[in-house]
Amino acid sequence: MPSLKALKNRIVSVKNTRKITKAMQMVAAAKLRRAQDSAEAARPYAERMMAVMSGLAASVGGSSTAPKLLSGTGNDKVHLLVVMTSERGLCGGFNSTIVRLARGKIRALLAEGKTVKILTVGKKGREQLKRDFSTLFVGHVDMTEVKRVGYADAQGIARDILARFDAGEFDVATLFFNRFQSVISQVPTAQQIIPAIFEQVETESTLYDYEPSEEAILADLLPRGIATQVFTALLENGASEQGARMSAMDNATRNAGDMIDRLTIVYNRSRQAAITKELIEIISGAEAL
Amino acid sequence: MANTLQFDLVSPERRLASVLATEVLIPGADGDMTAMANHAATITSLRPGLLTVTGPEGKMTYAVTGGFADITAASTSVLAERAVPLSEVTAEMMDGLIADATTAAAAASVDARNVTDKLVADLQALRAAVGV
Repeated sequence: MPSLKALKNRIVSVKNTRKITKAMQMVAAAKLRRAQDSAEAARPYAERMMAVMSGLAASVGGSSTAPKLLSGTGNDKVHLLVVMTSERGLCGGFNSTIVRLARGKIRALLAEGKTVKILTVGKKGREQLKRDFSTLFVGHVDMTEVKRVGYADAQGIARDILARFDAGEFDVATLFFNRFQSVISQVPTAQQIIPAIFEQVETESTLYDYEPSEEAILADLLPRGIATQVFTALLENGASEQGARMSAMDNATRNAGDMIDRLTIVYNRSRQAAITKELIEIISGAEAL
Repeated sequence: MANTLQFDLVSPERRLASVLATEVLIPGADGDMTAMANHAATITSLRPGLLTVTGPEGKMTYAVTGGFADITAASTSVLAERAVPLSEVTAEMMDGLIADATTAAAAASVDARNVTDKLVADLQALRAAVGV
């Protein structure tokens, strides 16, 4: 049985922890709203972009002169995995779920005899993947300094990926990130960006004139499309991170409350026991006289 | 209103404008074009330049730096990489863009030279047109 003083100290310390987790939860809630707003605001652009690109891809895709970003390099030996995670911890299973998905994919690719290269965005994923696959790393993008994800950040990453592609470093690129569904649910997602895959959307059958040519526009659009996809992924990931942190901190706050209740009961009980013991000692002392 | 069209200006980060317009002057890659209601459906890429929207509420001008425009009979959407209202364009912003484009042009391969040099020239023309 711990002493009264030790119990009291523990209660105080758990109360402090609860204050911290509560504050973190509220900060995450505020940040989540902002992240959701920016994800929302970026949607019209991304959707329009994809609609136009898939229309173009459908008409140009078959020809032999189609850009490499669309048709691929012709083989799929070398895979680049872009794994996006957070810079900070304390957000529940957020990072682990992405890493688990990526790790599964890496193992599967290695088993097929393919070459895998890893580019990480965010510190946490790098730490977890370094343990098993430190030889496969080709780069890391540090986002610690970035307060609010902007399109310029996505462009930087996209430019890096494109430069590697032009240099022939890989054949297939896949993004790993968490898609935001709700505060309690984030879905780890793998999305192939090179060669580009388009969901067959039912486009209204408007016949467009293209200026300059279809292929020139497509060649201009594909790199932008990659930047847009990276940007969308970053925003989704940002919102997911805050959502995951919010629910993790909510749980932590609730746990701390339960723990305080339990400790308080133990504390009161041992205080009572001490008083009773003292009384018994006094009474039995008096009776002995 | 038969002679207006829905105009949207969207950047990757947010929607900048969504208004009814009578005509939209677009800096297309192959030259300026004006979109009005019932324009033939066209997709064009943009060069850096000034985008002017004329509508019932007056004229608005934006400086855009590339992207593309999707024109249909009833609507025009411009997806610009970067779009700034004319009044908010600063000399530093233009200088930064021109400097970036110039370094890119210097590093570009011979094949890509035409494109990158044109970008620099277009940006310089835009800067002159903005007058900062």
